Order: sequence, then C-alpha cells, then structure tokens
Amino acid sequence: MAATDALTTSPDVADAPLVVGGITLTSRLVVGTGKYATYAEMARCLDVSGTDCVTVAVRRERLVNAAGDNILDHLDATRFALLPNTAGCYSADDAVRVARLGRALLRDLGSATSEWVKLEVLGDTKTLLPDPVGTLEATERLVADGFTVLVYTSDDPVVAARLKSLGAASVMPAGSPIGSGQGVLNPNNLRICLEYLKDGDPSYPVIVDAGVGTASDVALAMELGADGVLLNTAIAHARDPIRMAAAMRDACRAGRLAHLAGRIPRRLYATASSPDDGRIVRHG
Amino acid sequence: MTDSSPAETVTVVVNGSPRPAAAGTSLEHFVAALGFSGRPIAVELDGEVVPRPALAARRLAGGERIEIVTFVGGG
Repeated sequence: MAATDALTTSPDVADAPLVVGGITLTSRLVVGTGKYATYAEMARCLDVSGTDCVTVAVRRERLVNAAGDNILDHLDATRFALLPNTAGCYSADDAVRVARLGRALLRDLGSATSEWVKLEVLGDTKTLLPDPVGTLEATERLVADGFTVLVYTSDDPVVAARLKSLGAASVMPAGSPIGSGQGVLNPNNLRICLEYLKDGDPSYPVIVDAGVGTASDVALAMELGADGVLLNTAIAHARDPIRMAAAMRDACRAGRLAHLAGRIPRRLYATASSPDDGRIVRHG
Repeated sequence: MTDSSPAETVTVVVNGSPRPAAAGTSLEHFVAALGFSGRPIAVELDGEVVPRPALAARRLAGGERIEIVTFVGGG
C-alpha cells in the first residue's frame, strides 16, 4: 500500500487537476448517485471511486413520510461537489425550471457549486438521446441566468462546438446512450469533439458522460484525451458495485496516464523488442 | 367574531395533488405544516422559485400550484 501511494504521488507521474467552472476537482471521475440498492452502498461506492463530484436529481418531495431518509443524510455536501441534473426534461423550459430548483436547494446548503447544473434536454424516451435544439436553447438561457452549465450532448462535434461558444463550462459528449453500457461507440467523433473544443484552449474540460459499461470504457475515453468521465449505472448495477467502483477509479487514472504518456502508433507488422545483433542462431 | 374568525379554507395544488390551505396563510407556514421544516427542500410557486427567506412573505389565496422538491439519487 505504501509503495502504491509513493508511486501515485511521484513527480514522474504528476498531473494537473481537473478544473471546471473555477472549481478544482481532485478526481477525474464524476459519479452518479442513482440506482444503488441502498444509500449505504452508494456512500461506500462513492468513497471507493475516489470521486469528489457527484450528480443528483431534483424530484418532488414525498408528502407522506416527509421525515424519511433524504440522500443528503448520506452525502456530505461539504466533501462532494454536488451537480444537480435536469434528467427527465424534454424541453428547454422544463430544464430551466428544474435547474433553478436545483440551484435553490444548493444555495440553501451553502454549496460551493450552487450555480452548477448538469443540463440534459432529452429528445426521446427510448434512447434518452439529447435534443440538440432544446439543449442549445437551454444552455443559452441558463448561461444568461448565471449558471455554470455542464451540458450533456451527443458526440456531434458541430453541436459540441456550438455549446461551448454559447458559454457552457464543460461539454459532456455521450459515449453511447445513457445506461446502455455500450462504451464509447464512436471514438473518432469523440476525437473530433476534443480537437474542436480544445483548439486554442487546451484546458477546456470535456467530460464523457453516459454509456460506460466497464472499466475499459473509462480507460479508452481517458486515453482519447477526455478530461473526465461521468458514470452511474456501470457501478450501481454491477454485480459487485464496490469492486466496480475501485475498477473505475483505477481505469480513469490508467487512461489519463496513458494519454499523458502518449501511446505508440498502431502498426500492421511486428517490430521486435529484442535486438537482432548477437543472436546465436540465424533465420532467413 | 371578526379578527378571530377562522380563515376561509381554500384549495392549492401541491406536487400535483389538491390540498386545503387557510386563505392568507404564508407559504413558510404552509410548508412547515406539511412537515418540511429544516428539511432540504426547494419551493416553487406558480412556476417561480421562492427562496427560503422569501417564503414568509408569500401568502396563499387559493388556486396556486406549489412544487416542493428535494434531491434524490440520479446520474
């Protein structure tokens, strides 16, 4: 354990932290809080994942049993940057309304991220793919209203660039549909998104949001140059969520290091790792 | 029986369901009576967020649509 800690803190593998909307995050994983069997399991998974930024949803309070458990009883709002989403909104109007309610909740909590919103404007209940027109409209309105907008979008590079130009603090392209576990379906689109969004602005944060199924999906997104990955179901619905949370933590770090290290090019033919000179046998 | 007469009961819609309210009661009092004092909630009155410090100044006349929300798990 001590050796591992020494390695991860060595200057040889140093990395700048992820900064989104002026807030510094120590982890590059953003983890959702939905779908866990219990709040205790959720809390343990968040802990093991190493994340310091978690998403939450805004929903009607129960009018009976109002004294029941609240997620905030299990989530330290001073430890985690809370990122309220607009999940379930299918129009810009609805998303703006839900964003404002999330902001009111965060302001009451004295949260450092009280102006943050994970904007989702969905187009279709079957795919949960984003509605690009509604997403653009809501981004513009929320930015004008002072929000720090982290926006869920498709992997379309043109839409991604437009969202950034409207003032989104982070563009978050989907790897594949929400909860589908299909990973990064179009790495080439993601590459182009990253190129466009970071052109002349290399620290602009791009977070791959949605579609992660397992650790290699996170590693791939990070290897391609994403600044972070947002995931929920892949941990919450794994057979062993706590173990998967650890896998995601390590995959995120491995992928980031590989990106910084710079991979070798792919070649069709082999190149020997051992020298030809000095062999005691001959071939060909 | 003028000042002390019981307030007229009106109906408001809370989280989609009709509920009785005393006409003229403050939103702060109404929310507290539902058991939400000290709970992490946000309140919307007819589509407009009412920050917690402003709840006391808003009076119910009947017919309002009120949403009371909190955070739940989500991705």
